[in-house]
Formats: sequence, structure tokens, C-alpha cells
Amino acid sequence: MHEAELSEELNKRALKAISKKSKFGEDVDLERYKEEGESLKKTEVSKADRKKLLDVGVQEKSRSGSYLQFDSSVLEERQLQGGIEVMNISRALKKYEWLKDYWWKAVAVNQDKFTAYSQLHRPMGYFIRALPHAKSEFPVQACLYIKKKGTVQSVHNLIIAEEGSKLDVITGCAVGEGTKDALHIGISEFFVKKNATVSFTMIHSWGENVIVRPRSTAIVEENGTFLSNYINMRKSGSTQMYPTSYCVGKNSTVRYNTILVAPEGSNIDVGSRTVLKAEGSKTEMISRVISTGGNAYVRGDIDGQAKNVRGHLECRGLILGDKGFVYSVPELRAGLKDLDLSHEAAIGKIAEEEIFYLMTKGLSEEEATAVIVRGFLNVDIRGLPPLLDKEIKRTIETSLSSML
Amino acid sequence: MGVLEVKDLEVSVEGKKILNGINLRINSGETCVLLGPNGSGKSTLMQTIIGNQKYHVDSGKIIFNGRNIIGMSPNERVKLGIGISFQYPPAVRGVKLIDILRAITNDKEAIKKIAKNINMENFFDRDLNMGFSGGELKRSELLQLLLLKPALALLDEPDSGVDIENLELIGGEINKILKKDIKPRFREMSGLIITHMGSIMQYVKADRAFVIMNGSIICSGNPEEILEGIKENGYEGCAECMKQN
Repeated sequence: MHEAELSEELNKRALKAISKKSKFGEDVDLERYKEEGESLKKTEVSKADRKKLLDVGVQEKSRSGSYLQFDSSVLEERQLQGGIEVMNISRALKKYEWLKDYWWKAVAVNQDKFTAYSQLHRPMGYFIRALPHAKSEFPVQACLYIKKKGTVQSVHNLIIAEEGSKLDVITGCAVGEGTKDALHIGISEFFVKKNATVSFTMIHSWGENVIVRPRSTAIVEENGTFLSNYINMRKSGSTQMYPTSYCVGKNSTVRYNTILVAPEGSNIDVGSRTVLKAEGSKTEMISRVISTGGNAYVRGDIDGQAKNVRGHLECRGLILGDKGFVYSVPELRAGLKDLDLSHEAAIGKIAEEEIFYLMTKGLSEEEATAVIVRGFLNVDIRGLPPLLDKEIKRTIETSLSSML
Repeated sequence: MGVLEVKDLEVSVEGKKILNGINLRINSGETCVLLGPNGSGKSTLMQTIIGNQKYHVDSGKIIFNGRNIIGMSPNERVKLGIGISFQYPPAVRGVKLIDILRAITNDKEAIKKIAKNINMENFFDRDLNMGFSGGELKRSELLQLLLLKPALALLDEPDSGVDIENLELIGGEINKILKKDIKPRFREMSGLIITHMGSIMQYVKADRAFVIMNGSIICSGNPEEILEGIKENGYEGCAECMKQN
């Protein structure tokens, strides 16, 4: 029994919101999807699935923990380092009664129909926690995979970094060959305690036939750091999300890095929002977006609500196709003095001058274009362990070499 | 034999004629300077030689080692042995200097050695030309040129916006690639250096000078004599001199 989940109060609020449309992204008829997939055994993971998992960073070695979910079935949950807990959410809620103090405390259960659906349909998902002062030696990996046609994969994840801990998480999402008409709803609630650091790297490879609606929020306490990296290099039929962070503790830090490629057929609407509620807190958001024919909305929102807060938002878009668009919407809000918020946004094509310049160094036109595109996506992600940084670069490189 | 022969070259940019029938020849192992006032067509000539498509060749020939290279892409010209260092190279975001050096050569030792000589070894991980000072831009361009080892080096104002210290360093390196310490016929590389005020000539001894005005070569000869004349009478003096002849 999911004690917290069954709370009358939450259900009541969810019921009221079950038809509430999301502010962004196209509307989804939830009735179209089947609630539960059949149970899969680990042996049913095919070679093709394995390859897809590898593409989104799921691997055997160099991990401090691993969670693997296919449709609604948990295939793997492993804790590989002391001080780092990894288990499915259902088990975690049974094990720790106090988790009810975290459940739906960052994301509002009645935010929209997707959060409501999640509450009302017993989601699976993962629980990852770093105990006080524990430091993950390697990243913890979590993988969500959709294999069954017409299914809805509904997950609710809790990630808690206790005081003074350091937790790196890499999560890969992918879909099986030929899987159609699936829906992914992912609630993720992050709690970054005092002096703790969390890096969360999410690699999406959902394909054109999956509707993806993550809803995630982080609460960051004093001196805490939350670093969120989102990489989506493949076709993405319908993805909409607007992850939000609240800096509630003094001198807390939030950084978002977004790397998107929208090929023809992609419809992506991705934002990042930080609410700076505590003195001295700061945020930085960096996006690099390429449209090769698909549509990408890139939103950013910084809300300064306390003294001496700082925020910067940077979005760069590159149009490489004849169709498609990049729509950049940066927003800043400030209601008091003694703060500093800024944004810059630029969208364009590859400068002819740069291509010519590189050709005078001996590169062909194609090589020069590839070098410039690679450079465009080459974001220096600060604060990431070298191993993860390498993995991100490799993921980008793999996708780029098939694209260019 | 001429490494480079430019014959009756007429070039226009966006319909406007810039070069009005240029004729010049650079012999094997020779270093020439191209002098001229702003807007005279110096950079246009160099950009046309390397193959910038913005510059439209209306007529004439550019013959490099016996082959007319008009119509070839810049990288084809580079493969034949022409190299250029730009006056204002563009910044390329996210592309590290080291990435380009490695694209130019596989010789890691040479990269290290030449970069050290030219004070660029701390710039490998910097975005290409991003936020570089005037001197750093020239050194970066020269480093790439030194690694490219072209048969003909085109240097577009290597001395503009550069302080004396950098000028001496750059001049020394140019001498090295052009092998100015040995006789021309033993040199493997030829050079064409654009200079507005000729300051690079204190460090690099040129064999011949050309003066370009209004898109035509109006004078050629001994570099020191020509530069002295320009210093004395300005480019107006050249115009006067042309009228008299």
C-alpha cells in the first residue's frame, strides 16, 4: 500500500485537476492510453533494447547505483555504494513513512492533468537518496524505457540529497523499436539539503511516437547546488516540460544546461525556471538549440524575490533546416532592488564567414559545417564530474555523427 | 618560374568593381610586399587568391604553380599549397584552437613546439579567436600558417594592431617560415605580405614591393625605396608619380 499516495486529500485535489490542461504543449487525451503494461522479465530485454539503452548512457560499469524500468516493471534496482540508496518508489514509501513529508511537496499534485493522473494511477518510479555527507563516487543511473505499444508509463521519482552530500544522477529515457502511441508522465521531486550538491543529467531519446510530459521541481536549501542537464538529440514527437527550482536557502545555486536538436517531426517545448527566494541565491541557464526541420520552444524564467540574488539566462539557436523553428522565450521578473538578472538570446544560421574561414585551414565545406555545429553544442558544463562530462560529450558526438 | 601569376584580374563585390586588371608575379622563394592605402584592393586581392566566394572574378587568371585556380574551393587551394593568415579572423564559438590545429596536422610535437615559440601554448582550450587581443589573433593565425606549411603564404596585415614586442616576435616567425636566412632559390616557400604602413618590413626583408591603388598595381620595385617614398610623400605621392609617367 502506498501510504502517502492514498491520502484522501491528495486524491481529492488530483480529481479536481484531472481535466486541467497544461499551460504549454499540445493537449493530450489521457483516455487513449492503457494504464498498465504487462510485467516484463529481464530476459525480455532484447539486443536492440540494450543498444538503445547504451545510447542514452545506461551501462554496466562505473555506477554507484542503477535503476531500470521497462514500461511499468522494475527490472533492476541496485545499490552499489554505501550511503547511496536506490530503490523503487513503492518500496521506499513502505520503508520510510517519513517520505510522506516529501511526496508532492515540490510539485503540486493539481498542477495539471498529468500530475493529477500520476496521483490517481499508482505510479512506479525511483527513489534515490544520498545519506548525510555521503558522496557518490560514480553517478547513479536511472533508466525509463517504453516497450509496449499504447501504454502509459507513469513514474513518480524522489531524489533526496541529505545535508553535506553529493549526488550525481544520470537518467536515460528511450523507447523500443516500433513502439507507438505511448505516453510518459514523469513526476520528479528533488530535495537538495544544506551544503548538498546534486547533478542530474537527463538524456532523452523518445522518438516520434511517444508523448512525454515530465513535471519536475527542485527545492534547494542553504548553500545547496542543483545542476540540471538536459540532452535531447533525437526526434521527439511531443515533449513538453518546464522544470522549476526554488532556491529557498541562502546562497543556494541552480544551473540548467539544455542541449536540444529538433529534427523534422520534432515538437519540443522545454523551459527552465528558477525562483530565487533566498538572499544570495543564484541561477544560470544555458541553452543550445538546433532545428534541422523540427519545432523547438525554449523557455526560460528567472524570478528574483530576494536581496542580492543573481540570475543569467542564455539561449542560442541555430537553424539548419528549411522547415521548423526555434522560439525563444526568456523571461525575467524582479520586484525589489539589489538584485541582478540578465538574459541574452540569439538565433541564426551558420555564418558563411566562419565556414569560409575554416575552409582556408584546409577543411571541406562539410567538415567546416560539422566543426561549427559541434562547437555550437559544446557547452562547458561546470561542476560536473569528468566522467559524466565525457559521457555527455560522447552522447552528443554519437548523435551528431549520424546527423551530419 | 613564377609560383603565383595574376593576370588581368578583375574582381567585383556586390556588383562594384574593386580590382581593375591586376598583374603581378611572385617567383619561387620570393617574398613580396603589397603596399597601398585603405580601400585600394589589397585585401580583396588576397581574398580572391584564397577563393572567398564573396569576391566575384569578372575576368583574368590566377595561376598557381602552373594551374589556373579560379573556380576552386578554398580548401582545394590550401591543398595545392596556398595558406593565408587573416587580418580579422572571425571568432568561432565552442571550437577550440587545438581542434583546428589538429585538423591542420597530426604532428603533435610540431603543434607543441611552434605554439611555444609563438607564445600560444596557453590558448589551446580557448574558443577560436574568441576574445583574443590584436597580437593574439595574429599569433594564432601565424601558428596555424606555420603548421600548414604552404608553398605560398599570404599574410594580410600581420603588423596591424600589434605592439612592438609582438611585431618583433611575429616578424621573427615570418622570417623563419620564409627562410629569409638563405638565398631565394633554395627557399621552399614564397610569401605575399600586405602591409599598410610597412612596419613589418623592419623585421622581414622583402625581395620586391608592389603598390596598389584604386584596384591596379601602379608600381613595383625595391621595397626599401618604395616604402621610403611613401613615408616621405604618402600614397598621394604615388598617385602624382603615376601621373608623371
